[in-house]
Amino acid sequence: MPAPAQRRIIFAHIDEPGYTNDLPCYLKHGGYEVLKKAVTRPPQELIDEVKKSGLRGRGGAGFPCGVKWGLVDRKSGKPIYLIVNADESEPGTFKDRYIMHQDPHQLIEGTMISCFANNVKLAYIYIRGEMPHGARILEKALAEARAAGFVGQNICGTGYSCDIFVHRGAGAYICGEETGLIESLEGKRANPRIKPPYFPAVLGLYQCPTIVNNVETLCHVKYIVEHGGDAFTRIGTPNNTGTRIFCVSGHVQKPGYYEFEAGKITMGELLNDVCGGPLPGRKFKAVIPGGSSAKVMRFGERYKGKRKVGADMVDYDWGVEDVPMDFDSLGMIGTMGGSGGVIVMDDTVNMVEALANINAFYSHESCGQCTPCREGSLWMKKITTRMVHGEARAEDAALLKSVADQIPGRTICAFGEACSWPTQSFIAKFGDEFKGYADAKKVAKPTEEATLI
Amino acid sequence: MIAPTKPDLVTVNIDGKEIAVPKGTNVIEAARLVGVDVPHYCYHPKLTIVGNCRMCLIEMGMPAVDPATKTPILDPATGKPKINWIPRPQIGCGTNVSPGLHIRTQSPLVKDCREGVMEFLLINHPLDCPICDQAGECKLQEQATGYGRGYSRFVEQKNVKPKRTQLGPRVTLDDERCILCSRCIRFTKEIVKDDVLGFIDRGSHSTLTCYPGKQLANNYSLNTVDICPVGALTSTDFRFKMRVWFLKQTNSIDTESSVGANTVVWSREGTIYRITPRQNDGVNDTWMADSGRERYKQVRAAGRLTTVKVNGNDSSPQIAVNAALHFCKDGGVAVVGSGRSSVEEQWVTKKLADALKATTHLVSRVGPGDGLLVSADRNPNVRGALVTGLIATLPTAKLASLAAAIDAGQIKTVVSVGEDLADAGLTAAQLAKVTIVYLGTHANATSAAAKVVLPTLTVFEKSGTLVNQQFRIQKFTKAVPAPAGATDDLVVLAKLATAAGATVPAAELAAVWKAIATEVPALSTITYANLPETGLLLDATPWAALPFVEGESLHFKPAK
Repeated sequence: MPAPAQRRIIFAHIDEPGYTNDLPCYLKHGGYEVLKKAVTRPPQELIDEVKKSGLRGRGGAGFPCGVKWGLVDRKSGKPIYLIVNADESEPGTFKDRYIMHQDPHQLIEGTMISCFANNVKLAYIYIRGEMPHGARILEKALAEARAAGFVGQNICGTGYSCDIFVHRGAGAYICGEETGLIESLEGKRANPRIKPPYFPAVLGLYQCPTIVNNVETLCHVKYIVEHGGDAFTRIGTPNNTGTRIFCVSGHVQKPGYYEFEAGKITMGELLNDVCGGPLPGRKFKAVIPGGSSAKVMRFGERYKGKRKVGADMVDYDWGVEDVPMDFDSLGMIGTMGGSGGVIVMDDTVNMVEALANINAFYSHESCGQCTPCREGSLWMKKITTRMVHGEARAEDAALLKSVADQIPGRTICAFGEACSWPTQSFIAKFGDEFKGYADAKKVAKPTEEATLI
Repeated sequence: MIAPTKPDLVTVNIDGKEIAVPKGTNVIEAARLVGVDVPHYCYHPKLTIVGNCRMCLIEMGMPAVDPATKTPILDPATGKPKINWIPRPQIGCGTNVSPGLHIRTQSPLVKDCREGVMEFLLINHPLDCPICDQAGECKLQEQATGYGRGYSRFVEQKNVKPKRTQLGPRVTLDDERCILCSRCIRFTKEIVKDDVLGFIDRGSHSTLTCYPGKQLANNYSLNTVDICPVGALTSTDFRFKMRVWFLKQTNSIDTESSVGANTVVWSREGTIYRITPRQNDGVNDTWMADSGRERYKQVRAAGRLTTVKVNGNDSSPQIAVNAALHFCKDGGVAVVGSGRSSVEEQWVTKKLADALKATTHLVSRVGPGDGLLVSADRNPNVRGALVTGLIATLPTAKLASLAAAIDAGQIKTVVSVGEDLADAGLTAAQLAKVTIVYLGTHANATSAAAKVVLPTLTVFEKSGTLVNQQFRIQKFTKAVPAPAGATDDLVVLAKLATAAGATVPAAELAAVWKAIATEVPALSTITYANLPETGLLLDATPWAALPFVEGESLHFKPAK
């Protein structure tokens, strides 16, 4: 059975020949028509459409967007802020940058609709510090939109005013964690806040209620308001509505970004049919399905259990290739859909060296605020680095696992999970490789890339 | 005295024990009330909560409620309400009590969390306890005993960080020992409002540092040393001087101003090594000023008086007392009392003045208040002088009336209780005009000019009470023995007063207090022994109209 065709709703114009990121081009393609209509509707109606759509956040956690909006404290009398989380930094993820580079007005329109729906008067686009080009594009697009009356004072002549500012990030992964982002936006170190009490919906930016949404999520909002929440639920699968953008990187023939209806494509179809399969003469070994913090899947392993289909519970028995690419299925088998960053590793990859790379990243990015993540991430990095530098011990696998187990669930933010899940899953699924690494190294030197860590 | 308002109580269950605690209490404090210790590093009751050390992780649950009937679901096995335990451990410091909250502090998960955090904190810690000043009062040591593995699984290189940064004139930082709890940062920012500390770099390489070009130089910098749970911040003065377990702790009062911060004096074999604050939530919370900590140095300062002198010659106390009385026998006596004397001494000073039919004076010491723990009145006990009746109005800036009386020839003899009259405004000519009897600790212009010099004691060598700006009477206790040749002020004053014909009890605190209780209505129920360590508020209404100089400071608002 051939893989289903892409369903591009967010990436509709990405890489389209002749499509430019300026306002005239966007208007020519029907741009800002949705906003014009939206601002004539009651805001609650828009929120209800989003709730009805079942839209789940595309930043990684998959938290329902409508629920998030519903948690916002609207009685405090304080202003409500909306922050566009454009700090796309999860390794393996490169979807938001294409939206911002090639279709910035789509994001601005989605943002303005969301602002109007939530009575937001000021929004920020917090863009990753390492994306200066994207920031310049957004600044230019915002200036165009402001001049055309889509952003700023008296939008579309309705009397509603809301401005958007671009804020360039502080150059750290943790700035993408929503409360870390808020701290950073306030001009401080991006140390995530403790929750409770600092839930952004109540005590967010400047201690005011704040909505933090991912770039792609807000683009989905535009689509939902245009077509209705019900129409959106017909895309994808129940509880995993809409499309998902997969950023496939690593050892496949055609890496890139692909947009499919959520859950309508399996991992096997994505990697083999869409991405052209493994490189010549190679075999797939492992895949990380949702950004580097998601737990790794090992080709050849089976996932068994019961899942809900409609009203019934049915047995499933999947190989890696059979897993539908949606939040729930990937969650069910012990990993996650995350940010959609699919990282493929073939049989040339040594898993110890791959983990050493991931650990180096996370130890470098831990903010250092709370103990388990700060010390644990660096310890794991030191162990894996030592291993690839030829001093691996047989007991390192057990030690790594034990260290990783002391981190998740005990930290201020989800970075604890992000930095420990790779180690936990690599050891669980490739433990033999870790135990035998010391001997393996006697015959083969580590790859040049690995020794750079 | 004002009765505290009854707080709303909330019943919680900690390790199976039910306890009612005030609303808003966090789990660490609630557990403390049932005698359960929840280990922690970053949490400090007087600072904001950041929850970064993760040592206080506990398990938390709430009674299950039937969503339909809103009634508690009972566990069929026990008949007790079923508890829904949250699978993730929660921080005790950031979790406030709510009705029905259940806490487990001893479960396997909690134990595992604590052991994990302990191990993490120690892997990059230098473990230089043998040369660390914090040893003996180090939270890392204490909790490693309770929650450590006892061996290390860490075979990698430890992080290298700066070892001896001078953060300011009084604080030295060892970054390798720092566990990044951020207490010091929060203290300087929130309490002193001198936001000079912060972390640079990130992850395990995070390093505490001072803002470039600035110093941790505020007058409260040493509090960061006190609250540092490890040996990262050390007092430059105390560093490498003494093992804390050799030190004797004596409760005392900071005498640098009328705030009366509660302190602990740490001494060994008659030598004081440091002074630290003692918690009193009604006065100084857990803080004190750096300037107050330096005060112990007066004990061994140059110029300490240790010889009784009469007419410049060595003498004995009894001869000196007789000589003093001799100079007073013709009248025209002025007694300069002191706002630094204890309540007991002031009371006897008053007896002495009455017996000598002397005029009484008090030296005023006023400086800028800092709004925290150094008030504008730099005398610790002006209110004691009011309560004991030594003075009826507040002292004026200089001893103006005394100076005028000397100039007019009305005063022939001045008895000064520890006050340097030259410093207090009298000219050398005025000093030369009178006969001076000086009771004091250190040599100065007055002792040089005095006919009779009776060496007395610093606050660290005697016991007594002081009345602070709140009219709170607080006691201090003798920490170190007096130097040979110096006599307790109270003894000297009592001898003088008795010789002058006053009825004064034996110069011993219990007897003095018995007499004070009968004669001073405001102090009728107090004895030195029964005075609580946190002091007792006196009724201030008789003096409400006086224009006290203090402005607002921690836990003190001046009456309008």
